[in-house]
Amino acid sequence: MNIYINGTGCISPQDTAQGGPLLAAPREYEQVRLATVDPDYKQWIDVKQIRRMSRVVKMGVAAANLSLEAAGITLPDAIITGTAYGCLDDTGVFLTKMVNQQEEMLTPTAFIQSTHNTVAGQIALLLGCNGYNNTFVHRGFSFENALLDAIMILKEGTAKHILAGGMDEITNYSHQVLSRFGIYKKAPVKTMELLNSPDTGTIAGEGAAFFALGATKDPGTVAELTGVSTLYKPLWEGEVIGHIMKFLEEHRCTPADIDLLVTGRNGDIDQDEMYEEVAAALFPDHAEASFKHLCGEYPTAAAFGLWMANAIIAEQAVPEAAVFYGRAPQKINRILLYNHHQGTHHSFVLLTAC
Amino acid sequence: MSEKVWIAGGGVISGIGLDVPACIQSFRDMQPGMAAMQYLSSVHRNTFPVAEVKADNATLADMARMPENISRTALLSMIAAREAWQSSGLEDISHYRVGFVSGNTVGGMDKTEDFFPDFLANPRGGRLHQVAHHECGSITELVADMLGIRHHVSTISTACSSGANALMYGARLIRNNIVDVVIAGGTDSLTRFTLNGFNTLMILDQQPCRPFDDTRTGLNLGEGAGYVVLVSDSLAAQLQPWCRLSGFANANDAYHQTASSPDGTGNYLAMKGALDMSGVQPQQIGYINLHGTGTQNNDVSEGIAINKLFAPHFPAMSSTKSFTGHTLGASGGIEAVFSALAVKEGIIYPNARFEHQMKELPFAPATTFSTGHDLQHVMSNSFGFGGNCSSLVFSKV
Repeated sequence: MNIYINGTGCISPQDTAQGGPLLAAPREYEQVRLATVDPDYKQWIDVKQIRRMSRVVKMGVAAANLSLEAAGITLPDAIITGTAYGCLDDTGVFLTKMVNQQEEMLTPTAFIQSTHNTVAGQIALLLGCNGYNNTFVHRGFSFENALLDAIMILKEGTAKHILAGGMDEITNYSHQVLSRFGIYKKAPVKTMELLNSPDTGTIAGEGAAFFALGATKDPGTVAELTGVSTLYKPLWEGEVIGHIMKFLEEHRCTPADIDLLVTGRNGDIDQDEMYEEVAAALFPDHAEASFKHLCGEYPTAAAFGLWMANAIIAEQAVPEAAVFYGRAPQKINRILLYNHHQGTHHSFVLLTAC
Repeated sequence: MSEKVWIAGGGVISGIGLDVPACIQSFRDMQPGMAAMQYLSSVHRNTFPVAEVKADNATLADMARMPENISRTALLSMIAAREAWQSSGLEDISHYRVGFVSGNTVGGMDKTEDFFPDFLANPRGGRLHQVAHHECGSITELVADMLGIRHHVSTISTACSSGANALMYGARLIRNNIVDVVIAGGTDSLTRFTLNGFNTLMILDQQPCRPFDDTRTGLNLGEGAGYVVLVSDSLAAQLQPWCRLSGFANANDAYHQTASSPDGTGNYLAMKGALDMSGVQPQQIGYINLHGTGTQNNDVSEGIAINKLFAPHFPAMSSTKSFTGHTLGASGGIEAVFSALAVKEGIIYPNARFEHQMKELPFAPATTFSTGHDLQHVMSNSFGFGGNCSSLVFSKV
């Protein structure tokens, strides 16, 4: 049974919310913390509600709506989200007040909106969707597990249209804490030069990308979501390579059938080595595109990568800003998206043009 | 997709016992776990009774064989997950394709909230190891790594239904031949964050809670962890499974971010969907483990939805939260173990402190512990913030 991507929506540090050709005018930054380019949220959300909503809720609701609009769906049968950090802003607000006010005179709004399922719940509320509703919060697998859940439910036949997406936000607190763990560059770098960086550390990013998935395709559908797989804490690069071979085999193809490799290179020389190893072993002459210099690194960044891969199939071209290596063939039929988060969470998504 | 998924075992740690036999003994003895706060440090210590796990972190770390300074949420998770595995008779975990799917609501918040005062005073302050496992998924990984599970690890956070949704996802992983065994359930330790959060909602009872009682005024928070071991049909043939996970469904109330709709739309859809999947008629359900938090709102919505679906054949039902308190992300897992055991041993659990019939409902919960019932099918309900409603059905065969 085939699963199709019938619509996509993306809010990111690039101008991805407004349609038009993919990355026609890429935004280049020279900072270690990228923020989303916010669309006019009033298109989808009541002004009074906007004021109370945190950024991750707004970007999630907007990306969800964009994907439903693209698929021509008003009410999906299920809503499944992935977010590693959840609603950090409201969590930080409530924690701060709790500490500063010694647990007294607190108000409920931030607490209510701090739960990880707030975005999925808000989308259900705004759409009036009583269907299946789930939220995965597993670090670099949050989005992939949401996709897998959607695929399994579509295969069961209990739902026809599923809205699945991934999102994470950066807050001042989270950025301060994550910076102390030493995962970001010590000095700003030009994002278009990030992937050639000679040292460790990456740049922080955020965003939301949603996909209207279905068991049938629409006239505007460009890609089939052929498969999703995850690999937790591989012991060495050989295990990753073996996993990819097995994954491709399960979907009856070989590296030769892949027209474009899309990787989650993030400019950290140590972390990018795995992509080098995999490309050298399996895809030595393949064209490769990358995306984290465009959206930054965060645990659900693969959702941006999948959004971009789908758009590349739609346009049958890799935009200049996303090219890492080589030239994609005339016909881009199959894309393998390979991402890893901090070397521990590896994920693989196979897309096929339809 | 029709492959059967079985419950091969279970483990629980909660305010009424450090393992399943101890919990069952507390039900038998009518000994609920609510008491004054002993381990959580909060200004509300003397205001709100809570159902704490009766052990400090050093004791739990010994039991879990993990470092004492990691989140209590991971310690609780480890203890219950190991008990679940050991009860399954599966022995060496490396022989199987195993998944670990765990729900929780606030990850390592118990440590983050200790970190925060120093951090607020100075962005370079606070000890980093206290936030190293803040993420919900990190708690799951601490336990998966300890158990030696790598085939599939996942964390679900849908507030109070997290643990129940972990069972659903786990069952689907088995049906789709991704793994053969899944340890599924949830964990949560008490934190000031959740205690204060629920306090702002004004749904905490200052007395031991009274689920499904007309005079109920709120819930008591609890903590703990509970996991079942889900196995495929072929593995079950080599074991003596407790029962089968025959049906499950998840629906969204789509009414309010925290409150349930007055007619219990989401609750009804979840229960109806679970019955439909299991192919069971309402009158075949022998016992319902209620969500039954003890709040005005939950119990009336859940009760009305049950009335709509089950009238006039009401099964025995009770809220075990009257003993364990509301353990949030763990509750779906803990109550799944209690429900699976109910099928296996014919147990109907008591609903503590029930005295006054709810005027909106034509039925009342069971108030005494009893065994030896022929329970062919048992339902477990878990409903949460964000409108997330889930129901599970456990069946004898």
